[in-house]
Amino acid sequence: MQPLRMVRSKTVVLPLTNVDTDQIIPARFLTTTTREGLGRQLFSDWRYRADGTPNADFVLNRPEAKGCEVLVAGRNFGCGSSREHAPWALLDYGIRAVISTEIADIFRGNALKNGLLPVTVDENIAAWLLAHPGAAVTVDLETASLSLPTGVSVGFQIDAFARHCLLHGIDQLGYLRGKLPEIERYEAMHTGF
Amino acid sequence: MAASSLFEKVWRAHEVLPESADTPAVLYIDLHLVHEVTSPQAFSALRSLELPVRRPDRTLATMDHSTPTTSDQVFGRVPIRVDAAAKQVRQLEQNAAEFGVELFALQDARRGIVHVISPELGASRPGMTIVCGDSHTSTHGAFGALAFGIGSTEVGHVLATQCLLQRKPKTFAINVEGRLPAGVTAKDLILAIIGRIGVSGGTGHVFEYRGSGVRALCMEERMTVCNMSIEAGARAGMIAPDQITFDYLEGRPRAPAGRDWDAAVERWTLLESDAGAAFDRSVDIDACAVEPMITYGTNPGMVVPITAAIPDSAGDAVAEKALGYMGFHGGEAMLGKPVNTVFIGSCTNGRLTDLQAAATVLKGRKVAAGVHLLIVPGSQQVKRDAEAAGLADIFKTAGADWRESGCSMCLGMNGDTVAAGQYSLSTSNRNFEGRQGAGARTLLASPLTAAASAVRGQITDPREML
Repeated sequence: MQPLRMVRSKTVVLPLTNVDTDQIIPARFLTTTTREGLGRQLFSDWRYRADGTPNADFVLNRPEAKGCEVLVAGRNFGCGSSREHAPWALLDYGIRAVISTEIADIFRGNALKNGLLPVTVDENIAAWLLAHPGAAVTVDLETASLSLPTGVSVGFQIDAFARHCLLHGIDQLGYLRGKLPEIERYEAMHTGF
Repeated sequence: MAASSLFEKVWRAHEVLPESADTPAVLYIDLHLVHEVTSPQAFSALRSLELPVRRPDRTLATMDHSTPTTSDQVFGRVPIRVDAAAKQVRQLEQNAAEFGVELFALQDARRGIVHVISPELGASRPGMTIVCGDSHTSTHGAFGALAFGIGSTEVGHVLATQCLLQRKPKTFAINVEGRLPAGVTAKDLILAIIGRIGVSGGTGHVFEYRGSGVRALCMEERMTVCNMSIEAGARAGMIAPDQITFDYLEGRPRAPAGRDWDAAVERWTLLESDAGAAFDRSVDIDACAVEPMITYGTNPGMVVPITAAIPDSAGDAVAEKALGYMGFHGGEAMLGKPVNTVFIGSCTNGRLTDLQAAATVLKGRKVAAGVHLLIVPGSQQVKRDAEAAGLADIFKTAGADWRESGCSMCLGMNGDTVAAGQYSLSTSNRNFEGRQGAGARTLLASPLTAAASAVRGQITDPREML
């Protein structure tokens, strides 16, 4: 995995709460057996009309959203299923950080394992971001901080280990395999329930 | 030692290494359930690293999400209609063979929805850690296991090491006292709980469902409750094992037997939360006051008693969007609204007791003209049991469509979908936009409510038909 330190981009704002993984990537696209190419189906039912043409009203289809790498959304982003296809689709589309007041547990874990930064902020910062689409923001993983164009900079919570792995491009499976002696010792002693 | 909760006991027993400020815990996984949709990428990762599946004996694969439910497709008389689904099925067969993983393949008599078959086999047991690349893995918590859904990268981690890197979640006691009234089911109870605490109320927590209202539930009802923990944002929900748990497990193919059984029951009995165990949060629910529940919006927290009116969106743009999608308005009654499709099945409500409940309503009645009632058993075993008990005959006589097992219309991956704009009253777990098909409008309810509504062709209080 490539080390990741910073995402600097304008925001695209999806002002909805409880954006679930079925919206991020509908189940009918989960028949793939690879991780690649899901960006085309990101938010498919909102991005495209029933006849397959783009829905011009949807935020990602507006000209100003082009190239935005930071998605701002309402509370409880990524709720629902465990499909890792959700962060895969966001990344494949070009989103590299998601900002919300609350991000669902499984989505957060999946995002961190793929280099998509989940950034949780308080209500005030969220309200400002929701009201200012296109704001140029910086998500700095090194300092775990989010900087707004107003000059305001706020810290965000991120698991120390996930942050360390992302900053240094460390593969978590490699780390876990490094613990195999401990795992074997555990298995030898553990009788289970 | 300080009083411990059920969750803490199971967590502690599986810590290969405890967490620190800088590193997550290394948590040992006793049972890894695998299905065709979230595993291909994990097997590919192993292949590219030239790693084997470390503990095939702790790994069990089946196919359920994208599999067809018509007998002719399942038994190979005609090809699987959805090409990509057929490819996934073949891919899992290939991966299981290559990595030496036990697989209940498409035509296996033991196949079914992963969260239905593992309990059925006696493979899900108290005190275990159980994971699967599926968020409804929380179901197995009904046995007093710590069971939660993981992403495909983590599926790879478990295949390669039998462990996961995890931060210890917080605990949340859901205290349910009293008994559910007649016509009110475990599904109504969990919908009422989600309505109370909200769809993200459990984020970062593991639920423990406690109290006389939970003790009174049978195992299948407990599975329904734990199944939807994730719909309140909790990754896992647990219920302490008791005699009901032991009676369910005894004699099942993979449950311990003989002297091992006695020793197991002795260990399992100790799992109960100690008196005075602390929980980070708690909520009290009065089971006696729960009514049949139904969702009216686009997440499971948008739920009301079936006799209630739709809440006013009060200028909330998100609520208005949800009502707009559903074609509803604030203030309207739920009762009497037309339904086009009724789906009885899924890992939430696809077990024998669910089908028995539906049959009590459907016996001697007919599905309303123009309504499609699709009944999909949770496993091939449930199918055989329902056929042996005469339930399938009741369903078919009523005009229902009776199928082979699978996830089916819960998420419509296999072609079992609801058309755009149509109303689907469903016993599944998610009413998200497009969940059952692009533009489909889903109403979540119990099997009793589903059956009653199928008969009348409109949303119906099942208590009127019992």
